[in-house]
Amino acid sequence: MSLSITLTLNGVTRAIAFEDARVTLLDLLRDRLDLPGTKKGCDRGQCGACTVLVNGRRTTACLTLAATLEGAEVTTIEGLAPEGTLHPVQQAFIDNDAFQCGYCTPGQIMSAVGLIAEGRAGTDPERIREGMSGNICRCAAYHGITLAVQQATRSMVHPDTAAKTGDAA
Amino acid sequence: MPEIAQPFRFGSNAGQPVTRRDGIAKVTGAAAFAADTAPAGLLHALCAPAAIARGRVTHLDIARAESHPGVVRVLTPANRPFLEGDPAEKPTMFSFRIEVLQDDSVRYAGQPIAMVLAETPEAAAEGVRLLNPQYAAETPRVTLDEEAAYPVEPGGFGRPAATLHGDIEAAHGAATRALDVTYTTAPQYHNAMETHAVVAEWTGDRLHLALPSQALAMSCAAYAWFFGIPVENVTLSSPYLGGGFGSKAIPTGPQVLAILAARVLGRPVKLMLPRAQMFGPTGHRGATRQRLRLGIDDDFALTALDHDSLSETSSFDDFHEPAANASQGLYAAQALRSTHRGVRLDVGTPGPMRAPGEASGSAALECAMDEMAEQAGLDPLAFRLLNYAETEPGTGRPYSSKALRDCYRLGAERFGWAHRPLTPRQMRDAEGMLVGWGMGTALFPAPMFQAQARATLNPDGTALVETAAADMGQGAWTALAQIAADALGLPLEKVTFHSGHSSLPDGGVAGGSGHTATAGGALHAAGTDVIRQLAEIATADPASPLHGAGNARVAARDGQLFLVDDETRAEAFEAILARHGGQSLTGGGSAARPPEDAQRHAMSSHGAVFAEVKVDPELCQVRVTRLVGAFAAGRIINPRLADSQLYGGMIWGIGMALHEEAHHDPRTGRVLNADLAGYHVPVNADVTGLEVLTVHEEDPHVNILGIKGVGEIGVTGTVGAIGNAIWHATGKRIRRFPIRIEDLLAE
Repeated sequence: MSLSITLTLNGVTRAIAFEDARVTLLDLLRDRLDLPGTKKGCDRGQCGACTVLVNGRRTTACLTLAATLEGAEVTTIEGLAPEGTLHPVQQAFIDNDAFQCGYCTPGQIMSAVGLIAEGRAGTDPERIREGMSGNICRCAAYHGITLAVQQATRSMVHPDTAAKTGDAA
Repeated sequence: MPEIAQPFRFGSNAGQPVTRRDGIAKVTGAAAFAADTAPAGLLHALCAPAAIARGRVTHLDIARAESHPGVVRVLTPANRPFLEGDPAEKPTMFSFRIEVLQDDSVRYAGQPIAMVLAETPEAAAEGVRLLNPQYAAETPRVTLDEEAAYPVEPGGFGRPAATLHGDIEAAHGAATRALDVTYTTAPQYHNAMETHAVVAEWTGDRLHLALPSQALAMSCAAYAWFFGIPVENVTLSSPYLGGGFGSKAIPTGPQVLAILAARVLGRPVKLMLPRAQMFGPTGHRGATRQRLRLGIDDDFALTALDHDSLSETSSFDDFHEPAANASQGLYAAQALRSTHRGVRLDVGTPGPMRAPGEASGSAALECAMDEMAEQAGLDPLAFRLLNYAETEPGTGRPYSSKALRDCYRLGAERFGWAHRPLTPRQMRDAEGMLVGWGMGTALFPAPMFQAQARATLNPDGTALVETAAADMGQGAWTALAQIAADALGLPLEKVTFHSGHSSLPDGGVAGGSGHTATAGGALHAAGTDVIRQLAEIATADPASPLHGAGNARVAARDGQLFLVDDETRAEAFEAILARHGGQSLTGGGSAARPPEDAQRHAMSSHGAVFAEVKVDPELCQVRVTRLVGAFAAGRIINPRLADSQLYGGMIWGIGMALHEEAHHDPRTGRVLNADLAGYHVPVNADVTGLEVLTVHEEDPHVNILGIKGVGEIGVTGTVGAIGNAIWHATGKRIRRFPIRIEDLLAE
């Protein structure tokens, strides 16, 4: 069986053909489109490592069949910022040591971008923790992740008054 | 020859909280983990896991699986190609017996019973499903009560020796108060976010591996042995590990099978274990049942501390969680005994998991100490201070350094411990939640392994430093570069660091919290060797301001050599090298702890953890609301990264205290919750009010860099502190971990 969809992937609209209806968005990205930045942690939607934005919403790529994405807009970690630059969330993750091994990090960052866009958490650490709890970090860099989301939120929502580091979380 | 002054201990690089050098690669998705590599012609491998824990595989529908489009080959015990290494043997110090389809027996659930190779991951998954295995099952043994316990035969790794200091029975007899309690800890699984993976490619008899490894050189030796090739024919790339926690130092059966498949099929093979297969062939922290007998005299001094640990291992190999070791180095008991007993179960072989032994042992010991303090009517911290060990209990060896008193004091002050009521169930918050405060002492040994390194100073004043270190998140890419830069007297940005590849000098093992000390020690030695050569050139060169310095002390800083006693006599590295033919200079170094150093001093990191919990009085839901840890771990190379390690360890303590437990189905022996929905690990919402304090500690004995290590100690102390806080909130002693709602409701 040959399938094809038209997808806007990291800002570029392209026709993508694949051979198998079982292909998930995660395996499409990793194995067929050479975009391995999105990580596989559980393949069950339980860990959040594969989080990408689909039409602006946080989505676990491992639970999304590629064939369902006709016309969708998908953003992965590779497309978050222009080459050579960092998105404010990426910068905040570095500043606050919000990762250790780095494996869950692309998913954490995409989830943080989605959370900030949802506007439900603001800089409230309790709401950030809740909103980021779909993304497991086994190194347990949660303290830094919360600080990073605070910092990025501040710099994106109020870029003029943004402090370099987040509030105590 | 000029004497080379040691680099300044808190120089321009080490001691600074620089951000991770691999940070940009990790936040942009550019960091290539093993399974992110995809050579042309790749095949995807997937193991079929045993659905029973004991018995035999009687049938596999190989024809059906192989007829599925895209399936290339099914490997089973019936057709498994020849493997030179015997999987029942152990080629290296840290080896386990593995399962590589050597026969049709099943020794634990999740054991590989076949491997499917396919053109796509989807076809491999369908191929595994179509195998539809049939079994002759026997009743599995999965709990500590199902077999008679035996004394563990000492034998190094995973087989701890019993220890006895003093007359334990006399000491028990002399006690005026005694405690005899039993604590249990649950089976836990590492569950690094990156599951075990390999991309294997053969060219002739040369093997190329992308494989996350905590021990690159040792892994190469093991794979060379399995495949009957010289070790120099194996190259292993492991620039980043997506977590390890002890589970990625040792070759596993599925990885060896994937490499074998690549050789037989003549194509590169990728294997990435599904999450469920991380509950079997990749090691775990075995369950323990620990009995602690404590006695104190009229002055509240410990007369006896007797710690016996019963732990599980597999039916075919030995790794016993060395839990009772946790009681050997901590409190000044007049008599000390630690013993280990084992039970053979139908489970995968346990292995080292972050703070092996100390995590489980400290959990039980710190709760027992709390119970003893309660019985004596003492504050738990005061009781510990009364039994503070000034020298190592039993041996009398001095500590290389021990700032534990400072940890107790600073942690207690920060936490507000002085305001703690002595009796439980005294505090409530505004919402009516029961509030409790508990504490525990943290301890982890400071071992070293062996490592080599190379440093090259370039004519332009930059340097390349090299060692095959492993970065599983602890920050080796950054901290080791900082150490090397200081040894070379260079700013960090002038130092390029090559690591994570087996072609480099052996960086040793990233384990035991000893990697920074060991690989860092080797880099320090290599850098110092380069500076020694450079000083010889400069002091012999009439054109150098350092000429004729003779025995004066030369030091390197900011890219210059200078005389320590007369800093006006200085010259830039580039200038010295330019007059010396413009050649680069290369130096080598190694690090290991001399045995006499290990004899002379007891060496450990120490700490104190204070916990606040809130417990719903009706629902018994427990939340850890504050956790303050104060740690003394020698010299801290990078406070930013060290804090992250300590936070991470303490959060592992939360997981062990409240969340993590693998449940076995007694009928099949399978782990019922072999996924991240059922096997709970802490998430962001579980972590509030965490604070880490580090206590400055100068240790002149532990190693030349004064480093003790921070990777594991955070788990210790924390588990007991939380258990004790739950008692303080509720008045209920739960003597099992994790502590669950039903335990609190049942009491």
